[in-house]
Amino acid sequence: MASTETTTETRNAADAKAAGARGAETAGLEAGLDALETQAVSRPPVLRTLLSKVVPPVVAVLIVLALWQLAYHFELKAHYQLPSPLDVWGSLREKWLEGTLLSYVWESVSRGALGFAASLVIGTPLGLLVARVRPVRAAIGPILSGLQSLPSVAWVPAAIIWFGITDATIYAVVLLGAVPSIANGLISGVDQIPPLFLRAGRTIGATGMKGVRHVLLPAALPGYISGLKQGWAFSWRSLMAAELIATSPDLGAGLGQLLDQGRVGSDMSLVLAAILLILIVGIGIELLIFAPIERRVLRSRGLLPNAR
Amino acid sequence: MTTPTLTQQAATAGIDEPAPYAARIDHVSKSFGRPGAQQHVLDDITVDVAPGEFVCLLGASGCGKSTLLNLVAGLDKPTAGTIDVPGSRPALMFQEHALFPWLTAGKNIELALKLRGTPRADRRDEAERLLELVRLKGAYGKRVHELSGGMRQRVAMARALAQDSGLLLMDEPFAALDAITRDVLHDELTRIWEATNLSVLFVTHNVREAVRLAERVILLSSRPGRIARTWEVDIPQPRRIEDAAVAELSVEITEQLRGEIRRHGQH
Repeated sequence: MASTETTTETRNAADAKAAGARGAETAGLEAGLDALETQAVSRPPVLRTLLSKVVPPVVAVLIVLALWQLAYHFELKAHYQLPSPLDVWGSLREKWLEGTLLSYVWESVSRGALGFAASLVIGTPLGLLVARVRPVRAAIGPILSGLQSLPSVAWVPAAIIWFGITDATIYAVVLLGAVPSIANGLISGVDQIPPLFLRAGRTIGATGMKGVRHVLLPAALPGYISGLKQGWAFSWRSLMAAELIATSPDLGAGLGQLLDQGRVGSDMSLVLAAILLILIVGIGIELLIFAPIERRVLRSRGLLPNAR
Repeated sequence: MTTPTLTQQAATAGIDEPAPYAARIDHVSKSFGRPGAQQHVLDDITVDVAPGEFVCLLGASGCGKSTLLNLVAGLDKPTAGTIDVPGSRPALMFQEHALFPWLTAGKNIELALKLRGTPRADRRDEAERLLELVRLKGAYGKRVHELSGGMRQRVAMARALAQDSGLLLMDEPFAALDAITRDVLHDELTRIWEATNLSVLFVTHNVREAVRLAERVILLSSRPGRIARTWEVDIPQPRRIEDAAVAELSVEITEQLRGEIRRHGQH
């Protein structure tokens, strides 16, 4: 093949022929390699997922209910202090029949959603700024992560002094609780981006705002989503603290106010019913909204263990 | 066989073309660190890559070959000397595929097309065409994690080609692949290089790979990286890594490379 005496013409012809044969051979080899090395991605059947994911928590809840019933039965506390599960159910039913139960839930959920949306709008650019601009990070990065360890209920007295017992107080407390979580989630998401992605982005021309939009934000998405999850948990918690303290007839009554109503009336069944509702809404939103989004993002990137 | 780059320039300058080179690296030096405690990585490198030429930079670790590639890619600035790459931003391929896992194979390519300014309506067809060029027809909707190592590098190659730059920089792109896959990708790269009028600057520490692929092999010495010697590879393509002529030249180059490495143990 390395003969230097062949004229270029015959060499080119020979090369073309050899290249054709080699090309076909390479294509075949390549197809074989591709087939051997590609694994089929299969998802486990729905029924098994249901059995392995749904049954254990249901069993756990049943055990807790049984223990509760036993504690009631043996009167660990007086009945007015520790009502039975059925009593709590009765309170819930009563509120339902009065037609007010859903309005309590709705009042809180709509406040929570609005507060969370506002936190999202503020927390996202704030997180991006802290993550990407070094002086800003040096200045407020530590404060932002420190704020996360401050229980937002601590802001309630301050907010009441500023805004009185109004919706503004409630939203201020929610924002102060959720914004740091969302911003911190985005910051850690950006910090975890492999530098190679940023280099690859720059070489294909994703610089400046294009780099942020096409590389930085999508690459930071998993961290950002876990920040959003935590942000939601913080806004829900802060909301309950604010509603519990800032009660006024002028203000719409949410679950926190329902809780306070139970306390004022020494109605332990109502208190437990309100706690249960707060818990159910909190878990429900996490399970119905955040968990599916997170799972989808992770699965599409091959980051879920069962997706292989 | 050592060819001074000056004769190269003279040879290409005679042809009537808009730019006589795809990349010109002119007396480039690079140091890192503070003045006083500097580490010289590259020392007075002068290389011209002719349009359509395939050049391999070969060297042991510490010869600054990746640094040089970063300089040509415009990701870093030289301490002295100049680098000129006429035309658009050069395409760059890494040892890792560097594909974005949040996009499908096809959308990865389309992103490069979009950033280059290809109209939306043409992107899909162009992406399919490029996938076909790297023999991955039907992989458009595949996620990166669903592809094998060799397939990922081929998608990365298609993404690099999508930039439609005259110059492709490759930083040991096949080093992490198994031997058979690497052979196949050598064939593919040669085929694509011949089918397009792409200039390639390929960095590797693998002598046989360099001889298998390149028209010109430039050996760099280490610490600091200097051009030790240049070989014109006169073996017709398509070559094979196990060809006798490839092996013969590889032995010669390896001897020289070993000599370069040995020098570092002597003091």
